[in-house]
Amino acid sequence: MKTLLTTIALSATLALPAAAQDMSAQLKARQGQFRIMALNLGVLGDMVKGATEYDATAAQAAAESLVGISMVHQPTLFAEGSDEMSVDGTRALPAIWENPDDFAAKWAAFGEVAAQMQTAAATGTDAMGPAMGALGGACKSCHETYRAPQ
Amino acid sequence: MSKLLKTAAILAILGGGTAWWLSRPIHADPSDFEGLTGDATHGEQVFLAAGCASCHMNEETKEKTVLTGGMELPSPFGSFVVPNISTDPEHGIGGWTVTEFATALQKGVSPKGQHYYPAFPYTSYTHMAAQDIVDLKAYMDTLPASSQENADHDMPFPFNIRRSLGLWKQLYLKDSYVVTNTPGSEIERGRYLVEAMGHCGECHTPRDQFGGLDRSAWLQGAPNPSGKGEIPGITRGILNWSKEDIAYYLSSGFTPDYDSAGGHMALVIENTSKLPDEDRDAIAAYLLALP
Ligand code: HEC
Ligand code: HEC
Ligand code: HEC
Repeated sequence: MKTLLTTIALSATLALPAAAQDMSAQLKARQGQFRIMALNLGVLGDMVKGATEYDATAAQAAAESLVGISMVHQPTLFAEGSDEMSVDGTRALPAIWENPDDFAAKWAAFGEVAAQMQTAAATGTDAMGPAMGALGGACKSCHETYRAPQ
Repeated sequence: MSKLLKTAAILAILGGGTAWWLSRPIHADPSDFEGLTGDATHGEQVFLAAGCASCHMNEETKEKTVLTGGMELPSPFGSFVVPNISTDPEHGIGGWTVTEFATALQKGVSPKGQHYYPAFPYTSYTHMAAQDIVDLKAYMDTLPASSQENADHDMPFPFNIRRSLGLWKQLYLKDSYVVTNTPGSEIERGRYLVEAMGHCGECHTPRDQFGGLDRSAWLQGAPNPSGKGEIPGITRGILNWSKEDIAYYLSSGFTPDYDSAGGHMALVIENTSKLPDEDRDAIAAYLLALP
């Protein structure tokens, strides 16, 4: 009897990781993080495109926000088991957890170009153009490998 | 043998013969290319607009000018492995004549007379202009050789019978463009870039049960062949972006709300971002002219 109970208890524990866990907090946090990035990029991009007037204070605030976000520790938000195969409501591909070093490197690369934008934002749209291109490259290279289509 | 059986046998032979005749490989006409000289500089633009490197680049190093191949393309019929098309004469396509090269691109037929699978988007490239093909070859001839051997496709029976692709081509390899009415030279240029070169329809148009593009739902979005999710539709009505928005996306990867493109579209944008402004505007004009 005891062995049977132990076996049941054991298989229940072993089976646990296979069942979908509640990841809604992680999904909200990271998707919100990316939305904050997109909004701040919008402020900068609209100035580069000429859709809005260059405003040094606003540009710097946006660039600083990007730099700030680049310091958020990503593994907390990308918890094991929160990929698109395991839970609904996310586009995060399992490849993130197969190549954690590469994913971290791509996040770090975003941090570097965000810092370039911070310098550029103080000087005007001429310097912001190339920085915007570099930022776009950093977003694209991660989405290319690690994000599924909608 | 009864008369009925005889008739049936004759019909079967005739029917088989017709299928055999219909499925024969067709070659490009060498006279289309006579007297044309290749311009490698312009050929690079063709190479970018046609996105050859997106599939044929070195799968390991991701170098876009080392056309080693090796990328796997999943499909409902099996998995394709993209071949080596570098200048290596043994493992690549070094030494091919212009007509052999054009026959591959426009007719989907190899120098040995075998049909290629339409995973190689020759149903788009069939519209490529002769001069562009000659320029493209001149450019590709300047790229390095790679001696990597080709892997076999993972294709189960009956899809591994290449001859049957001849019948498929009867249905889907068309001389005519999808959009037949192009008011103005910009939209016409856009049609060439989208339908002949950029093969946008290969991803953005749904397929029917034989894997052919459903032209009645042109660029209206499709299931993602490599798993979950949908490839979005990009017609005017579905996309709802301005001409500037589309051109900006094709140069920077940013959507109007500053999300950034991902998946295979990121590779497409690496190419379109290197095209002249007028070309991105032309693509946008074409998409906006779709219903
Ligand atoms: C290191 C990888 C990485 C980098 C760098 C990155 N992203 Fe993402 N992004 C992701 C992943 C993964 C998702 C999918 C998250 C999910 O669905 O849970 C995502 C999702 C998004 C979303 C959709 C959020 C939502 O509402 O679901 C936006 C918008 C976005 N990213 C914008 C950006 C922008 C702009 C940049 C560059 C400034 C950027 N990302 C850089 C990995 C990255
Ligand atoms: C969507 C992916 C894709 C794109 C884009 C693509 N190809 Fe290919 N190509 C393939 C596949 C897959 C094959 C193998 C077809 C087969 O084995 O039937 C192939 C085969 C070929 C071959 C025949 C090679 C041989 O050894 O017989 C040539 C030549 C070729 N491609 C040239 C090009 C050129 C030039 C371009 C750009 C104008 C291009 N391809 C764009 C996927 C692609
Ligand atoms: C190899 C497949 C592929 C090809 C070829 C391709 N696309 Fe895409 N496209 C995609 C995918 C996948 C997405 C979704 C991107 C994402 O997840 O961020 C997309 C997104 C887009 C979008 C944004 C739609 C939206 O609602 O966000 C536009 C516009 C677009 N493509 C235009 C084009 C044009 C124009 C071409 C031809 C020059 C083209 N695409 C060729 C796969 C492709």
